Amino acid sequence: MSFSNLMLAIFVVGALYFIVGQRVALARRSIGSEKFHSLPHYHGTWAAITSVFPALSFLLIIVIGKDLLFQFWASDYFPETVLNGDAVDRAIALAKVSNVVNGIDFGEVEPWVQSAGDAWIRWETDAMVIANVLVLAASLSGGYLGYRKINASFRARNNVERFLRWMLIGSSLVAILTTVGIVLSVLFESIRFFKLIPPQDFLFGLEWNPQFEGAERAGSGGGTATYGMVPMFVGTFLISAIALTVAVPVGLFSAIYLAEYATPRVRGIVKPLLEILAGVPTVVYGFFAALTVAPFVKSLGESMGIEVASESALAAGLVMGVMIIPFISSLSDDVINAVPQSLRDAAYGLGSTRSEAVRQVVLPAALPGIVAAVILAVSRAVGETMIVVMAAGLAANLSFNPLDAVTTVTSQIVTILVGDQEFESAKTLSAFALALMLIITTLALNYFALQIVKKYREQYD
Amino acid sequence: MTDHTYRGLDPQQAAKRVAASISLRKSKETRFVWLGKTAVAIALGFLVLLFAGILTKGIPGLFQYYVTLDVQLDAQQLDPSGQMTVESLAGGDFDGVIRESLYEALGNPEGRKAKREARRLISSGSSQRLMTYVLDNPAQLGSTVSVQFAVDDDVDTFLRGLISRETPEADRRVSDQLIEYIDALDAQGRISYQLSDYLFFGSASRDAEMAGIRGALVGSILTLAVCVVIAFPLGVATAVYLEEMAPKNRLTEIIEININNLAAVPSVVFGIMGLAIFIIIFGMPRSIPLVGGIVLALMTLPTIIISSRAAIRAVPPSIRDAALGVGASKMQTITHHVLPLAMPGMLTGTIIGMAQALGETAPLLMIGMVAFIVDVPGGVTDPGTVLPVQIFMWADFAERMFVQKTSAAIIVLLAFLISMNAAAILLRKKLERRW
Repeated sequence: MSFSNLMLAIFVVGALYFIVGQRVALARRSIGSEKFHSLPHYHGTWAAITSVFPALSFLLIIVIGKDLLFQFWASDYFPETVLNGDAVDRAIALAKVSNVVNGIDFGEVEPWVQSAGDAWIRWETDAMVIANVLVLAASLSGGYLGYRKINASFRARNNVERFLRWMLIGSSLVAILTTVGIVLSVLFESIRFFKLIPPQDFLFGLEWNPQFEGAERAGSGGGTATYGMVPMFVGTFLISAIALTVAVPVGLFSAIYLAEYATPRVRGIVKPLLEILAGVPTVVYGFFAALTVAPFVKSLGESMGIEVASESALAAGLVMGVMIIPFISSLSDDVINAVPQSLRDAAYGLGSTRSEAVRQVVLPAALPGIVAAVILAVSRAVGETMIVVMAAGLAANLSFNPLDAVTTVTSQIVTILVGDQEFESAKTLSAFALALMLIITTLALNYFALQIVKKYREQYD
Repeated sequence: MTDHTYRGLDPQQAAKRVAASISLRKSKETRFVWLGKTAVAIALGFLVLLFAGILTKGIPGLFQYYVTLDVQLDAQQLDPSGQMTVESLAGGDFDGVIRESLYEALGNPEGRKAKREARRLISSGSSQRLMTYVLDNPAQLGSTVSVQFAVDDDVDTFLRGLISRETPEADRRVSDQLIEYIDALDAQGRISYQLSDYLFFGSASRDAEMAGIRGALVGSILTLAVCVVIAFPLGVATAVYLEEMAPKNRLTEIIEININNLAAVPSVVFGIMGLAIFIIIFGMPRSIPLVGGIVLALMTLPTIIISSRAAIRAVPPSIRDAALGVGASKMQTITHHVLPLAMPGMLTGTIIGMAQALGETAPLLMIGMVAFIVDVPGGVTDPGTVLPVQIFMWADFAERMFVQKTSAAIIVLLAFLISMNAAAILLRKKLERRW
């Protein structure tokens, strides 16, 4: 059986155990000599759990573990040159072997590759047999153990509930595992990158030019690859700053108007409309920026006699600003609404107009929340990818001019990691180092926002 | 407070000052309201601009030009071995048959150059289209039928009026000769403008006139299916644990901080994690919906958890107390009462999370879903692409017609997103209870 069929079989066996277990418990209970602790379906569920859970665990371990194990075994066949070589050689050797395994024919292969491939195919068949036997045995016998437990005093419900509880705990650990996965995957590759390129060159270097990597390897010269991240961070913050100059006034004043002035009817119409802006996929914004806004900005600049790059930071920033408007407006709206009515009433009572109440009472009270919203918006803008990939350039200019083409951290990550990558090259690894910086930046911004809210939050009532 | 005067003014003077300042304050008030209204107008203006831009470009993209030709389906020429199978038809000269009928419609042009120009009229996928037609209608073999073929993308662009006749011949992609042919066919009423069947049923293609979103749509559906199968149970389970069972301890606190942090991590980073863990370490293939779905599930998990927790919190404690009071266990209370009551809210959150996942592009670029794949994926382990990535790829192509097709694909994507969000709103309105 293939792995997917095996999985199906596990669930079929489990379902059968459930039905049988429930029926048997029901039958015994209806004899009526003893009082059953648990309802029949708990007995059935317990039998199904003891059947499915171990079998599924075995299957998962085999599926995930076998390739790692085979890679390890396959290295026995590698010649000395590969074993003594670096990770690239090993990766190439493994790729050659896997071509043989998958029957992809690239012509004549070395004898050791052929024999490793043959061995690998043998292992695959063996693994299949072992998986079949082990999983089916676990499923049948495990279920039987659960089934044998069915009697009046067996606390099936408690067992099922304990199992469920562990499953719930396990599920909530996925969030931790994801974070650990993100941090480790980025961290390890970054450390390897920093072994090739000194951290101070990366952090404070003013030039980003990884394109020469290949040329350098091929020995054709043409310059050295440089990995300084400053231009990209400047570009990122330039575009974010443009985005915020659009989004903060528009978003904040919309929020004030909607919260303080608009009738419930207007509010009910405008708010969902603004939320639509948040639901538009970023690739659509990117398309819009590249095809409509960028040419418009360029022609506008040219009509005024200013030179504008066709992939200017301004176009990308403007569109990103539009994307962030609903983010700022809805967060600010929440904060403004959280300011108690009594403060407004007090201001009115002193004779202030509505706008005076807003400016001198409501806004100061809501300020920490609004600042936090703006910081969160910056973090959104910094992490935004598609708009800048499509509308901002790739040229890593160190420039503060919004009319120049600049590049951002995210667009460089995408450019480097999309398509074919060389293993172990500093260029590929640099994307992971950039991602590390990106994570640190966004998390720091979020932490900062949280601290502001915590520190300055007023507790009303 | 012994001094009742304001800044040393006597009450009468103060009253005068207040009266004088009133008009100023009023105009300030008007200006402030006006600012707010302008802000709302600007925001809505952006929305209108965005949608108007997409719709004006995209609606024409849903249509394309076809030319109707009277094709003589000669059995000898199309199916030399006469078995009527895909293999035997592959030996047939479909191109030749189409060419002949095209020349005939154009009044049999003389000379190689004229013929070459004539052949540029129709799409290079026409022979495939005729083959499919013959396979579907084997009885027609031997008769003359009129079949619609897509015109070439340059011709399509010309017919839309995007290539001007006034442009010097050397600068435009259609020659004078070709324009003459187009006019001739148009005069015979052979050219029609119809809903594009290639867009909805065609797969990825480098030829703009044949490019379609079917493969991407299927890929999106598969990816979302994986995503929902993983994210919904995990999200609900986490929410239940955190809301109903978790003790107030270090572990719970760490989990909660993690969830909030994950919500703040840029989506492209999830893609990098998918690349590093699932593809490099676990050796899973690139560009498969399975990996895409897992990555998107991890990305949407915080959204689902947060909305599910809100839904669970909205179930009043009295329900739990009542269930516990009649002897239900903690777990029974949750599964029999809390979960069913919280389900609408959880489903709403899940749909919103799925809409977010459907529009996501960057993490899928990282795990290689940008590959050019012609086949429609048949399962979650077949290489494929998704709708937003397809849009991203098409946006890079230079042909004018791809701009329209891209916008048309965006319309389809937005239609899906809007219907998903509408479903979420309806669900909330229909099933949500106020306690």
